[in-house]
Amino acid sequence: MSYLPYAVAAWLFIVGLYGVISSRNLIHLVICVGVIQSSSYVLLLSIGYRAGRVAPIFADIPANTLAVDPIVQALMLTDIVVEVTVIALLLSLAVQIHKRHGTLNPDRLMKVSG
Amino acid sequence: MTRRVRKIFFLLSAAALVWVFFLAYSPLAPFGYVQSKYGDMVNAITVPERHITDAVTAVNFDVRGFDTLGEEFILFTSVMGVLLLMRRQKDEPAGDHEDKAADRMIPPASDAVRVTSLLLIAPTVLFGLYIVTHGQVTPGGGFQGGVILSTAPLLLYLCADYRPFRRAVPQRLIEASEAFGAAAYILIGGACVALGGLFLQNSLPLGQSGSLTSGGMVPFINLGVGLEVSGGLSLALLVYLEELLEEKEQ
Amino acid sequence: MSETILQAGILIFVAAGGTAVVFNREPLSQAMVVSFYGLLLGIMFFVFQAPDVGLSQIVVGAVALPLMILLVLARVKKQGRKSD
Repeated sequence: MSYLPYAVAAWLFIVGLYGVISSRNLIHLVICVGVIQSSSYVLLLSIGYRAGRVAPIFADIPANTLAVDPIVQALMLTDIVVEVTVIALLLSLAVQIHKRHGTLNPDRLMKVSG
Repeated sequence: MTRRVRKIFFLLSAAALVWVFFLAYSPLAPFGYVQSKYGDMVNAITVPERHITDAVTAVNFDVRGFDTLGEEFILFTSVMGVLLLMRRQKDEPAGDHEDKAADRMIPPASDAVRVTSLLLIAPTVLFGLYIVTHGQVTPGGGFQGGVILSTAPLLLYLCADYRPFRRAVPQRLIEASEAFGAAAYILIGGACVALGGLFLQNSLPLGQSGSLTSGGMVPFINLGVGLEVSGGLSLALLVYLEELLEEKEQ
Repeated sequence: MSETILQAGILIFVAAGGTAVVFNREPLSQAMVVSFYGLLLGIMFFVFQAPDVGLSQIVVGAVALPLMILLVLARVKKQGRKSD
């Protein structure tokens, strides 16, 4: 268990990268970029976690209770919402490409432009 | 580059990546025992010095409020990009506009769907507002609440047809609220300067911990971010829907 | 102890979910798998004491993202039918 989260983060990054490289569809490719991004969540989460501590919400526990690291959580929080709009931007790029070239396959696009 | 070459290239770089990951992770302490002073420091000051009971919100909108301003503008710019790209381009082939399958029917939504989504609209808006305004007390805040709020127009689409839906949704108002939400962040920073502090230095009265008005400027920033996120996401979803359905309606 | 098993379990589920998303080549079913993967990530955040992030991930990953993918797929499909 002690190194499993780091391994999962590395695995998600590599499998997402494989998806990007082997993709035959731009929409599939954009989703694979999302998988790569989720690897950063797993990494940040496992760095911020402290064994045996509680979530950093002091609404109904004493303010001096030991809690996990809130800084990495704040990083992930904005990351997630920003990610979804960036993916929206990438998807609309895919729609434009399909409008102009009639295909979403990156291999065929290379032939069209080359 | 052929697929074969590309795959060999991938295998080489994946091997290099595994090596880099190994180098980077092996000096880290085992999971659950990584040490960092800053997290504990923030946890120690958030209630006594800021009167905010959610440390994550305290980090986002107070301790590193300036960074979040930058992140919010990434969101703003991406939404602008979506709007620009999805708009009909000038040099687009004209024949593209006519729909050769114009006679096909989109199956109408069943009454059960209509009634359920109508009933869900008010609770969704209420829940979104609750999440936005209680960001400094419990988990939540402008980012999460904004996404929840942006689903309300879609529920409206599910219970009405496209045309009535377009008439009911004030797109100009959504655009204006998105812009206002983005500007509010900077205006709040300016207000802090006017009150004698630095830009985005929390210089408003801090209020009672755990109450709706605690945390000084944080609830106001949360409201602004909520407006910006809900406006931005619903605009993006609106142009996607518009692209999909407008031509059929002509 | 039970917490450790829960965390290890959800991590393995997340790894499997990410793999499933990548190896699912059919975009329509991929949108469904992405929604499920978003839910898994959300549960992972809750298990690792990050309720704030979990909330954010659930609304984004299980609702907004799959919805966008579906809308774009419908748009592209409609276009494809025309150009045939």
